[in-house]
Amino acid sequence: MRRANAWVAYLQVAPLSLVLLLFLVVPIATIVVVSFFDYTTTSIIPAFLLQNYEELLLSPVTWQTYLQTLEFTVITWALTLLIGFTIAYYLAFYVRSATWQTVLFLVCTIPFWTSNIIRMISWIPFLGRNGLMNTALLDMGLIHQPLEFLLFSDFAVVLAYVHLYTLFMVVPIFNSMMRIDRSLLEAARDAGASGWQTLWNVVLPLCKPGIAIGSIFVVTIVMGDFVTVRLMSGGQTASVGLMMMNAMSLLQYPAAAANAVVLLLLVLLTVGVMMRLVDIRKEL
Amino acid sequence: MHRRGPAFWLLTGFFALFVLFLYGPTITIMILSFQGPSGGLTFPMRGVSLRWFANLFEKQMVGDFAGSFQRSIVLGLVTMVVTVLASFSAGLAFRHRFRGASGIFYLAIASLIVPSILTSLGIGLLFRVLGVDTAWYSSGFGAHLTWTLPFGLLIMFAVFNRFDRRYEEAARDLGATSWQTVKHVIVPILLPSLIGVGLFGFTLSYDEFARSLYTSGTFNTLPLEIYGMTTNVTTPVLYALGTVTTGLSFLVIALALVSTIIVRRRRERHGSDAGKAA
Repeated sequence: MRRANAWVAYLQVAPLSLVLLLFLVVPIATIVVVSFFDYTTTSIIPAFLLQNYEELLLSPVTWQTYLQTLEFTVITWALTLLIGFTIAYYLAFYVRSATWQTVLFLVCTIPFWTSNIIRMISWIPFLGRNGLMNTALLDMGLIHQPLEFLLFSDFAVVLAYVHLYTLFMVVPIFNSMMRIDRSLLEAARDAGASGWQTLWNVVLPLCKPGIAIGSIFVVTIVMGDFVTVRLMSGGQTASVGLMMMNAMSLLQYPAAAANAVVLLLLVLLTVGVMMRLVDIRKEL
Repeated sequence: MHRRGPAFWLLTGFFALFVLFLYGPTITIMILSFQGPSGGLTFPMRGVSLRWFANLFEKQMVGDFAGSFQRSIVLGLVTMVVTVLASFSAGLAFRHRFRGASGIFYLAIASLIVPSILTSLGIGLLFRVLGVDTAWYSSGFGAHLTWTLPFGLLIMFAVFNRFDRRYEEAARDLGATSWQTVKHVIVPILLPSLIGVGLFGFTLSYDEFARSLYTSGTFNTLPLEIYGMTTNVTTPVLYALGTVTTGLSFLVIALALVSTIIVRRRRERHGSDAGKAA
């Protein structure tokens, strides 16, 4: 029985494992291998060179781009965490009926199912030079010339990130909050804690796993992003993803691969730190 | 729990603003997609027309919208079916201990954490090194699965953690084989979640851009087509496209919600039909 079980389990998990092996492990291995290859303008040549890494790491542009991407990551992380936590807190502790909780939660999650690119485009009528924001501000007399920084700027990039990815914070944090035993909150109140003290000393620590999971999603997405930066900055700002894309379009595959390896290490390092705070399997 | 003091109203206001922030832009472009023939990308509306929707289906105007739409739907549907089957089956496997279980689990997590562009790039490079052409139905399909399967697996974990194993034991005690138990007990009970996983898989694949970028080959999927359009189309046809794709996404969500509700209602009326067929 026991041995039959193990055999069945392997069979059951085989399709998933096979897909991950063929389309994740082997491709990542390919990137690592190709990152050491030589290349000309037309072809890639198998070799073992450190030149791609040298060129990458010795270029100031690389460092600026990574710094820019990290800056976006930190700002987006802070904003999504703040907003996501507040929204989750409201849903979990202030909405009383379970039905309303479900409905409002759905309202928050539905936009996630629609196309990201379309959601980015949909900022144009708001932020453009003749957009709603500028028109409103002009009409109110607050400004005398349309603001140029609204669309196609770093501001627009961060706005789009927050718009697209706050949900990744809301869901896991809400999930953590719903597991908090309500009698703990009562106990805190009985012991004389103010609302803020309860929030800070009871709710927040118990939400750590949710915060960690949300942070992992937001941070990894922003670090690897190129679409949002490309569309919302109007091509004026760089990101690591865009840098790779440029190398790819110039057919410099080994250069792109070396950059990919560096980015991957950075992402894994960041996630490794955050994983120490949480056991994901326990959270499901 | 809380008295409805100022904090409640403050938070309610914040929540309302957040919802406005989430939906405002989408609703705006939906309105603007009905822009009159001489209208532009911003307000004011210059009349109302369906011109931009008609425009969308004229092939020469905006590239191959109809073709890419079709490809994305087919790819989404196939991804949906495979995601449901593979993650359900893997979910069953993970209820037992087996060697390598945690390795596979962390591999699935890694698949979510590795930025999409790297997966895309890796698959693209792999196919190039092997000398095989990339195509949306081969490399593109695989790339989408690396995104949908881990999500499916995580959902199945959550679902099985809440699954009452006594139903299964009862079935076995009554002499059901393990196949019968799966077919007549587990699947009917988990049906709403399985529908959820499927539609989740569909929308993830249908909207996927980064993972399609280097894996789709000659023929674009819809998000790639849209991305191409953003750089060279400056008419409300862009918004018409947004309205159509968003509409389809909403349809899928509505379908998911309605079918979940129907399954639940039926269950309330009849009790679970688990075991009836055996």
